[in-house]
Amino acid sequence: MASGEATQGRPIADTRRKLGGRERSLGVGRFTPYAFIAPYLVLFVAFVLYPGVSALWVSLHDWDYLLPNKPFVGLENFIELFTAGSPTGGFFWQSMQATAQFTLYSVPPLVVLPLLVALLLNRRFRGRNFFRAVYFAPYVLGVVVVGMLWRYLLDPNIGVVNYYLERLGFPNDIPWTNGLPWAWIALTGMTVWWTLGFNTAIYLAGLQGINRDLYDAGKVDGATSWQLFRYVTLPGLRPVFVFVITVTLLASANMFGQSYITTQGGPGNETRTAIMYIYEEGIVNFRMGKAAAMSTVLGLFLAVVGILNFLFFNREVD
Amino acid sequence: MRRYLRWLSYAALVALTAIYVAPFIWMALTSFKTSFESTRVPPTWLPEEFTTHSYETLSRPASQTPVFRWFMNSMVAGIGHTILVVVTASMAAYPLARMEFRGKRVLFGLIIATLFIPPIIFLVPNYLIVDGLGWIDTLLAVAVPGAAGAFGVFFMRQFFVSLPRELEEAALIDGANHFQIFTRVILPLSKPALATLAVLSFLTNWNDFLWPLSVLIDAQNLTLPPGLTRLQGAYVTDYSVIMGGAVVASIPVLALFVLAQRYVVEGVARTGLKG
Repeated sequence: MASGEATQGRPIADTRRKLGGRERSLGVGRFTPYAFIAPYLVLFVAFVLYPGVSALWVSLHDWDYLLPNKPFVGLENFIELFTAGSPTGGFFWQSMQATAQFTLYSVPPLVVLPLLVALLLNRRFRGRNFFRAVYFAPYVLGVVVVGMLWRYLLDPNIGVVNYYLERLGFPNDIPWTNGLPWAWIALTGMTVWWTLGFNTAIYLAGLQGINRDLYDAGKVDGATSWQLFRYVTLPGLRPVFVFVITVTLLASANMFGQSYITTQGGPGNETRTAIMYIYEEGIVNFRMGKAAAMSTVLGLFLAVVGILNFLFFNREVD
Repeated sequence: MRRYLRWLSYAALVALTAIYVAPFIWMALTSFKTSFESTRVPPTWLPEEFTTHSYETLSRPASQTPVFRWFMNSMVAGIGHTILVVVTASMAAYPLARMEFRGKRVLFGLIIATLFIPPIIFLVPNYLIVDGLGWIDTLLAVAVPGAAGAFGVFFMRQFFVSLPRELEEAALIDGANHFQIFTRVILPLSKPALATLAVLSFLTNWNDFLWPLSVLIDAQNLTLPPGLTRLQGAYVTDYSVIMGGAVVASIPVLALFVLAQRYVVEGVARTGLKG
């Protein structure tokens, strides 16, 4: 391999030659880029582009997987969702409300608590990486193991949580998995336990990216810890905040496993999230037209939330 | 005062650690209890009667809950998926990062745009596509469609962009073609990024729940996540077996985490900084 002498001092632009009238990088055949991209592109077209379009197509039909006929019905699936008194519409909006409730309960603690933990970890001390790993560990286990574990710990009759609550003087029969508001507390609590470490790791990286000199300058000026936090740390964390809030918001809005495994959507259908209902309608009951329509509506909601989120955090120009 | 605060924060971290470790210890200990003791009130920590009956139950290839079969299925799907992702994503990211060609901007924009589409939209249509391919109830359905996601391409492109241009210039002068440059120059230098992508992809696939739950049907063909929910249904009164299943499902990913912790945690953190 050449030592690189040949390219020293030569600007990069020189190595592009005009070939056949079209400027191309040196040595790039006509098809080289496409050859590299082709394998991925096959997957992308088959499992992202085509289904994306197909989703809309299915939603415009009365598409029952089990029936031979799937007649075109235009926007009927969508209209049904917005018709008062329709059973599907009723269940759908109930599930959307469950999703909204869970998002409302889980996002604030998942934005604030991991930051506090990251602040505690943001010092060089022995065992720091150990703590970070321990808090992160549940995240690699996946929702099923975590959901089953907490289903067991929170069991109203035989669960350890109720046992210790009783020993502390509280009632010992709190219906964590099948009563309100306990089911929401259970779902939120276990989700915080599960993903706190994930957000903490992100915050920690953000904190470590803040220029140390800013803190030193502030201290020289006589700033208190609180002032340093407010005027150096928080602004420095802004891009990380945006990321954490966005990711957490999306994750909560897409919640499925915790409800399915720990509360089975109960009591009744109170904790049945939108994803869970769409899964039941589309995959279990094979009513795919309706499921596709519901997915689209949920998707639009999420897009609006995403855009609002983006606008909110980008309106101030530093 | 400073010292006091430091000890207080250390104590808080230790307390939090207890909240994290205790449930795992509980899970592992319960897997060694008898069926009766696992649901007993008041509950016990250490098994009064230590038994491996739950693992014996799990290893019997009972028709409806073949846990070790599920383990193998998850392994095959996970490894297959990971190889597919690493190969296709890095190959696609290379020209997107290092070459100019017609349609590059449109293509990259399209790929990135799909990162913002909620995954639920793809559930039903991908089911129909997979069904059309005859992949329902096979591991192909679990390993392949997920590799079409944009994250891998995005992640590798970020990394390739950061490599110095001189690498390719020098090799091109030498007469190497792009394929050789890719395999002999770029990839060896990309090992940390590739390792991170591989670990994250494996974990994502291993823990995937809703999709395998939708496309896998027969008990013999399940991966661990949907399988464990069937275990939960079948052994409702025997939590030692359920916790045993959870332990079996946890060991590989925890081992991977311990070994590759740096890649996982820092991979996540770095995505946050760039995102």
